[in-house]
Amino acid sequence: MIEIKELYKAFGKQQVLKGVNLKILEGEIMAIIGRSGGGKSVLLKHIVGLLKPDRGSIFIKGEDITNLKGSRLDKIRSEIGVVFQGGALFDSLTVYDNVAFPLVEKTKLSKKEIHEKVLKALSDVGLEGMEYKYPAELSGGMRKRVALARALISNPKFVLFDEPTTGLDPILVRSIHRLIRDTQKMYGFTGLIISHEIPEIFEISDRVAMLHDGRIIEVGTPEDIQKSENIIVKNFIMGMEEINEKGKS
Amino acid sequence: MQLLQLIGKYFLGLLSFLGRIFIFLLQIIYHIFTPPFKFRNFLRQVRFFGNKSLIVVIFTGAFSGMVLALQGFYALNKFGAEALLGPVVALSLIRELGPVLCALMVTGRAGSAVTAEIGIMRITEQIDALTVMAVNPIKYIVVPNILAGIVAFPLLTAIFDLIGIYGGYLISVHVLGLSEGTYFSQMELYVDMEDIRVGLYKSLSFGVLVTWICTFMGYHATYGARGVSRATTNAVVLSSVVILVWDYMLGAFLL
Repeated sequence: MIEIKELYKAFGKQQVLKGVNLKILEGEIMAIIGRSGGGKSVLLKHIVGLLKPDRGSIFIKGEDITNLKGSRLDKIRSEIGVVFQGGALFDSLTVYDNVAFPLVEKTKLSKKEIHEKVLKALSDVGLEGMEYKYPAELSGGMRKRVALARALISNPKFVLFDEPTTGLDPILVRSIHRLIRDTQKMYGFTGLIISHEIPEIFEISDRVAMLHDGRIIEVGTPEDIQKSENIIVKNFIMGMEEINEKGKS
Repeated sequence: MQLLQLIGKYFLGLLSFLGRIFIFLLQIIYHIFTPPFKFRNFLRQVRFFGNKSLIVVIFTGAFSGMVLALQGFYALNKFGAEALLGPVVALSLIRELGPVLCALMVTGRAGSAVTAEIGIMRITEQIDALTVMAVNPIKYIVVPNILAGIVAFPLLTAIFDLIGIYGGYLISVHVLGLSEGTYFSQMELYVDMEDIRVGLYKSLSFGVLVTWICTFMGYHATYGARGVSRATTNAVVLSSVVILVWDYMLGAFLL
């Protein structure tokens, strides 16, 4: 389980997170929705220790990672896979080497074992036969699949997705979402997806949280969120701009 | 008042920059001596430096030697000391021009490429990806570049010096009519190990300085393509200035 308590973060004078509270339960897929620039990616970077909060805690398996450094933080990180927005694949490495990278660097597995695992991970994301291509030779959707294979290769307990479908066409969006759902069933990870894809994201999430103005303003099942009476949630789902008190958008 | 504020802001910025770049150096030193050692990455970077810079080093080395011979002959001729042309060319190259010009050329070719590559890794989240995979990016990306700089700069400087001396020989002997024996025998007489040691220390220190600055700039690149381009320009400009300042300091105070 991941538990975020009263998380605050400011960059200069801009307060991005203003007391985020959220629990991500074991084995579920939680989606965090919200407007661009609302702090969703900042929140995700805190969960993997890429950013340190000004205040607040993040408990992963009962340990507050905001106080961890060095090898203790790396130990927690080894249980987390991250799929970055653009894939963050290493351009100088082939698809095979990209996927094998975490195993080559962090385990003592033999070449044969690594080979088997890489082929299986690539097959799980539907990329058989693409091993020796470079990231630059792949389409956007394929790059996301390779990034997912790399995130899954060490069989992590948690997988975090930072807008995994940004820049893809609607068919690919559904296909990546289906892939996330299928791999979650196969690998049994706890998933956290940062997404804008409304309503597609509701199909694969167990629960959805809405981050607005640095706070989680609503959490619930996709059905709860879609029926929410909160005007901000409603407007966001319907793709309408917020109306302020003076009636201006 | 506004002027004072501006000066204060500038100095605070400078202090912050110096603090960050020295902490970066301390992290590099720590990771150089802690396992696991990335020998393959180091070899790849040595090849990268050599590959990128060899041709330009050969060209600049040859023409530096040739121009030194031409101008040296003109000056020495006035005192009837043309026989000393060989040592003048060799000493100028080995002690001064070789390490400095070679470092400037490698900065332009390979140093800028290192900054751009690391900068792109930063803005495309590849460095973040390494961190979340529990692979230290300084150890994985930066340390191999620093070690490669320590090996590649002296090697490239040695090539620069050799080609330069040969370029000087071509002009001295085949254009200006100096005898081959005079050119080389005088060189043997006046150039000693101390001169080679000075050149070696200079190129070694330039190797560290250039790779340190270039990797730092790339590692801290921000704001998309413009950020990478700014980081690359800053890396080349700062490295070039530091090479010249450090060269003077070494010459004046240490060597």
